[in-house]
Amino acid sequence: MRPVVIRGGRVVDPSQKMDAVLDVHLHDGVVAAVGERLDAPEGAEELDASGLVVAPGLVDVHVHLREPGQEHKETIASGARAAAAGGFTAVVAMPNTDPPIDNPGTVGFVVAEGRRAGAARVYPSGCITVGQAGEQLTEFGELVAAGAVCVTDDGRPVMSAAVMRMALEYALAFDLPVAVHEEDLTLSRGGSMNEGLIATRLGLTGIPNAAEDVMIARDLMLAELTGGRLHVQHVSTRLGVEMIRVARSRGVRVSAEGTPHHFTLTDAAVDSYRTDAKMNPPLRSEADRDAVRRGVADGTLDVIATDHAPHHYDEKEQAFDDAPNGIVGLETALGLAYTELVATGLIDLPTLVERMSCAPARALSLPGGTLRPGSPADVTLIDTREEWTVDPARFVSLSRNTPFGGRRLRGRAVRTLVGGITVWGPTA
Amino acid sequence: MAHANAAFLGKDLLGLEDLTAEQITAILDTAEPFKEVSERPVKKVPVLRGKTIVNAFFENSTRTRISFEFAEKRMAADTVNISSSGSSVQKGETLVDTARNLEAMRIDMVVIRHGSSGSARFLAERIQSNVINAGDGKHEHPTQGLLDLLTIRDHRGPIAGLRVCIVGDVLHSRVARSNIHGLRKLGAEVAVCGPQTLMPPAIGELGVTVFKRIEEAIEWADVLNVLRLQLERMKSGFIPSLREYNRVFGVTRARVERAPRDLLVLHPGPMNRGVEIDSDVADGPHSVILQQVTNGVAVRMAVLYLLAGGAPEQAEAAKTGGGE
Repeated sequence: MRPVVIRGGRVVDPSQKMDAVLDVHLHDGVVAAVGERLDAPEGAEELDASGLVVAPGLVDVHVHLREPGQEHKETIASGARAAAAGGFTAVVAMPNTDPPIDNPGTVGFVVAEGRRAGAARVYPSGCITVGQAGEQLTEFGELVAAGAVCVTDDGRPVMSAAVMRMALEYALAFDLPVAVHEEDLTLSRGGSMNEGLIATRLGLTGIPNAAEDVMIARDLMLAELTGGRLHVQHVSTRLGVEMIRVARSRGVRVSAEGTPHHFTLTDAAVDSYRTDAKMNPPLRSEADRDAVRRGVADGTLDVIATDHAPHHYDEKEQAFDDAPNGIVGLETALGLAYTELVATGLIDLPTLVERMSCAPARALSLPGGTLRPGSPADVTLIDTREEWTVDPARFVSLSRNTPFGGRRLRGRAVRTLVGGITVWGPTA
Repeated sequence: MAHANAAFLGKDLLGLEDLTAEQITAILDTAEPFKEVSERPVKKVPVLRGKTIVNAFFENSTRTRISFEFAEKRMAADTVNISSSGSSVQKGETLVDTARNLEAMRIDMVVIRHGSSGSARFLAERIQSNVINAGDGKHEHPTQGLLDLLTIRDHRGPIAGLRVCIVGDVLHSRVARSNIHGLRKLGAEVAVCGPQTLMPPAIGELGVTVFKRIEEAIEWADVLNVLRLQLERMKSGFIPSLREYNRVFGVTRARVERAPRDLLVLHPGPMNRGVEIDSDVADGPHSVILQQVTNGVAVRMAVLYLLAGGAPEQAEAAKTGGGE
């Protein structure tokens, strides 16, 4: 790769407590230097970043790339490109594919396809249990050796407390985070939206907050018992946020996600059976939405992750009960986070970068999340002034299932570099 | 004529929550002249002659489908029935494609019953034909709500101020929801009563009183609408047993006789005799269950007439074959 010098941008890197107008020099795939008026080596590409924010590459630790098995919704390649378009330099792929990523062969496949895509980096996660059946642990050692960065049964919970305890303890040998989708299936009972007045009016079975809370409580206690690394995915309830806050103060090793849709929308978005507002965990009440926002603001939810869940429009074009859960999120996350959290004054820009880059990388021990010299040359250039309207027809992702179509957002990634190479932007 | 023009009800009848009190009252008033058609030796008025109507019942139903069919045929429409077994839906055709195919055949009206809440609206948003919701999942069953209102009005006069309690499995009941909306819009005081496991969350926020015991409900009510308890609720753990349900919540003769007022008892059918309602109540002097069925045909005739563009004030003339 050609060396790159990014000139005159506002470099925001919380990992170095840095927020100043500086140049960034990328060389041989790593950050060579960050400073004022850097000399450019021979043949370097010079990028004018004046007026832009220069951040360590954004990292999304929760995306569904649907490959192997459901390539009509998304592929590793299309997902990696959509990630780059959203400003992400790395994503962690969820393992609820078909077949699931519960063996080293499938891990290796995802690693290879991610490399071939040549866009955002793709780190596979492995299943906690074989076939996500919740019974028998997968071979964590084998999965890690093949490239898995965490284990999760996401999409499904681990219903047995005993199995979850084993998973947290066994993972200690590899210092491996165990990421959890928190849902007691006997309480959610096939529900399709938040339990409450709207579900009652629409005649839909509701999922109570308790379905998520009882599992968060359980797993925080098991994490405390075992000393394991817990990563709580897509927290949607006010009590869930509160319990994580308490657990952390007790020294539990827990990281936790807040998704853009959970800090933006409530169950009112379901309205007249809109399937593009159907996801799991569901959109909840205003009190829950506000608690998720405050959790992201104060760092209880230290990671913003999208739970990018592409579905083909045929599948979402069904009666509400029959439609699958989830919305795409890679290409709207930064705009939503900036508009809802920074532009409102709830958090400042360095905190946003912390939530979307530094903390996600730290939570799963990934390279990146910093512009310290020697770290990977993964950089996101953000225009915080640009206002734009979400147009699903122009998504890079293969799928269009979003409730945010037509929404006016502020803030957008204008260039994404991975290993010093532009994978999204004017010359990509 | 059957398409979205300035018809009195709009294009579709999807639920009572969407209607105004005026519209609901007009439907009930329009049903009055149509009651008489079913009493004649030759039960026919040509109000819907030339109209094509499909009864798309993706959920099994005998009484509702027959009731609609009679309403349609007594008004001289051409009707076709689709039922779930043997239909293309079983071969994997989606609801969207079923809808589009019906429309491509230029069907004027579709009466749909389907197991998913919101499915009637789903269909209505995608085809030009008039769509009548004959029951969508747990959401609404508007013609049932309307015939319940008509029956109550026949026997107790104006709905406003009446105390009506819906008893039973409200959680899973589209009949309950339609009743709640219709009764409240016409000014009734509405209550629900049943085991808490079968009560929808936040039901009080719909403006209804919640009684935990049937004795309290009967003490309060002028009218009881008793819902069918589906036998599988016991298997799913909502109630311990049918015997317990009858002992604690059953509408029995002893309880009805202890009512301070002359109770009216309704039931949408089919009944589980000895479970939610005892035979001597169902067959007794307080029960108007069979009148509900009779009114059902008249109400459905009124709804079809109005959706087809008929004017409420011309229904009386229409029933003699001189309308529209």
